[in-house]
Amino acid sequence: MVRHSFVSVDPDKCVGCRICEYVCSLEKDKVFNPVKSRIRTVRIYPNINASLTCRLCEDPACVIACPRKALEKSLETGTILIDEDKCNGCGWCIEACDFGSITLDPENKIVKICDLCDGEPKCVEWCPEEALELTNRDILAQKARLDAVKKLLKASLEGA
Amino acid sequence: MYAYTGKILHVNVSNGNVKTKTFDDEFAQTYIGGTGFGIKTLIDNQKPGIDAFDPENPLIYALGAVCGTMVPCAASKFGVFAKSPQSNMLGEAYSTGAWGAELRHAGYDIIVIKGKAKKPVYLWIDDESVQLMDASHIWGKSTLETEETIKKDLGDQYIRVSAIGQGGENLVRVACLINDYFRAAGRTGLGAVMGSKNLKAVAVRGSNDVKVASPSDLQELCRDLYERCKGPKTSKYRTLGTAANVLSMNSQACMPTRNFQSATFEGAEKVSGEYLNENYVVKIQGCTSCAMRCEHIATVPEGTFKGATARVEYEPTMAFGPYCGVDRLDAVIRAIELSNLYGVDAISTGIIIGFAMECFEKGIINEKDTGGLALNFGNAEAMTQMVEKIALRQDVGNIFAEGVKGASEKLGHGSEEFAMHIKGVEMTGYDVRGLKTAALGYAVSRRGADHQRHGAYGPDLGGQVDRFKAEKNRGPIVMANEDNYCIFDSMILCKFSRGIWKGYDEIAKLYTMVTGIPMKGKELQVAGERMSNLARLYNIREGLTRKGDTLPPRVMKLPIPEGVAKGSFVSQQDLDILLDGYYEARGWTNEGVPKPERLKALKLADYSNIIKKKRESKA
Repeated sequence: MVRHSFVSVDPDKCVGCRICEYVCSLEKDKVFNPVKSRIRTVRIYPNINASLTCRLCEDPACVIACPRKALEKSLETGTILIDEDKCNGCGWCIEACDFGSITLDPENKIVKICDLCDGEPKCVEWCPEEALELTNRDILAQKARLDAVKKLLKASLEGA
Repeated sequence: MYAYTGKILHVNVSNGNVKTKTFDDEFAQTYIGGTGFGIKTLIDNQKPGIDAFDPENPLIYALGAVCGTMVPCAASKFGVFAKSPQSNMLGEAYSTGAWGAELRHAGYDIIVIKGKAKKPVYLWIDDESVQLMDASHIWGKSTLETEETIKKDLGDQYIRVSAIGQGGENLVRVACLINDYFRAAGRTGLGAVMGSKNLKAVAVRGSNDVKVASPSDLQELCRDLYERCKGPKTSKYRTLGTAANVLSMNSQACMPTRNFQSATFEGAEKVSGEYLNENYVVKIQGCTSCAMRCEHIATVPEGTFKGATARVEYEPTMAFGPYCGVDRLDAVIRAIELSNLYGVDAISTGIIIGFAMECFEKGIINEKDTGGLALNFGNAEAMTQMVEKIALRQDVGNIFAEGVKGASEKLGHGSEEFAMHIKGVEMTGYDVRGLKTAALGYAVSRRGADHQRHGAYGPDLGGQVDRFKAEKNRGPIVMANEDNYCIFDSMILCKFSRGIWKGYDEIAKLYTMVTGIPMKGKELQVAGERMSNLARLYNIREGLTRKGDTLPPRVMKLPIPEGVAKGSFVSQQDLDILLDGYYEARGWTNEGVPKPERLKALKLADYSNIIKKKRESKA
């Protein structure tokens, strides 16, 4: 079974420092510019923090939305491949994405989507809180299951 | 020149005129950034001797070199400068969050705002588009509502807002600027300067790249710095936060309590960092590019102040807690929240309320004046209501809105004897009667009572010197600390990260990596001295003499009554020894005036007319 990994955030750990944004733009564009980052941080008053990027949807709304067929999901990595010749920056995919994970490059007007840095995402590497993780849906489900069982059976676990 | 945009935005809010000027490498090399830029821009752009509320008093924002980069704890720091309505001398305050980085991305390093708008406006900077917007619908609103409303009106959640609340609008002399919900450019009343211009906020959105000279070297250095940020030098800020100071200051008898009637507080446990974290902290979050995070967000879970939310640090906890004799953290959190919302400096406001409480207990003011509040020490509810009265200038709040100095002048009846301020700026959380090096730092601090210009409590509490003894050798210590802090405030680096840095050489290397401008450690040190001297010249120009380098009456007359520092105070003789040692170390005259030769060596000869005038007026 192919399990594609993506960058997932733990909002309990995320402190909203936006280092992921800076590291991403430095890695990809050799500049510091959050607007060019493929991962974006959200802070909601007073203390909700989370960084979001492409989740490699199995049936990606962005790919379906693109009227020019400029987007394609890679069978190998699961990332969204962009045909820069076809993309005209219309932004239909940006609206389609449920996670706001697609941005438009302010200069060349072509969309930017996380490509996982060849499997070693810089944002994950640099996150000082270890709030970002390269993981997949199966692992996330395992964790959720474990947490749920721990919570449900807290009393008996403590008694043991 | 990398990192810096080299652009200075001049805005006149009287007529909406906007001009962009530039600065060159030499300017950056000489004044480094942040505080250096701020002081230089202020002294050059303000007509000498004008009132702080004169439209011509420039309100200045300045960034440092590392702003908008991944350098830890530094990406978003900015300084605000103007003539202070508290001291009538140098007004300066620093904030962080995300606003500073946004300004860098918008393409500016310095903003200079002059004039006075006919109607309330806010400044909206969207990259190269700069305009004044109508603010009549947000005038009278809190800082939080202002930030939210501007974001909503302009339809962009990533807009960053530096705003005043009702405090600044009402020209409360301790009014501050709040950005990113929780961050304050707090001290010296700069919010009132903004209010005097009918300016409600500066909203910024930027999309430009920040390019550094040596990205890969910078990344390597940052890798190391991030590791250091996880180490022991920053653990206090990552765990208990600065509120850890409550118990340590208390045990050292340095805790300003009940308006300096004591230096120990019997209720310290209940307002300690330990108690805070256990019962109130819901999240510790960070500023842009912070690799350590310190922002302790606390929420009151139950009771009268249920739901009150604030970022809690030691200083405001001291001010609303022990200083007011209050041992309830829920009330402290509420008072800090109100200070943020109304946009008044939480430190000064707490100190003012402590002062007001003593006025009340001594019968100088009564319940008629307070609008029915029994303003005794320890009355937590009355304390929180006083924050509102001061910010809105209600009842006796109208008098206390003038600050401790202004209020004591109006109230008289001996209140001057317990008015705890230096140069018109309220004291901060160190009882310097038993910290003689810190006492010197406070006395000479260029922005009035302050620990952040010198950190001179460090050698006292660290045991490097005898904290109870006044000696001339404290002069060079304070000078070295001040010049060093000038560099932190010019880069601008977070002082909570100060322990991770390996001295001037490393910071100079960082400066060059980022800007491409050659810099050596020694040159940075000299630049720090330059800034200290330029600030001194500015203050002298605005009227400072040796007499102004003093301490509040209680520090000099009332010995600490109990605890390990029992019996200590700073006599006039002590102060003179300390000042002599400091002026000597600086190479100033015994009147505290820089000498022409040193100014020339510091490339400040252009300002020698200030000391010349000083000499002539003396003759």
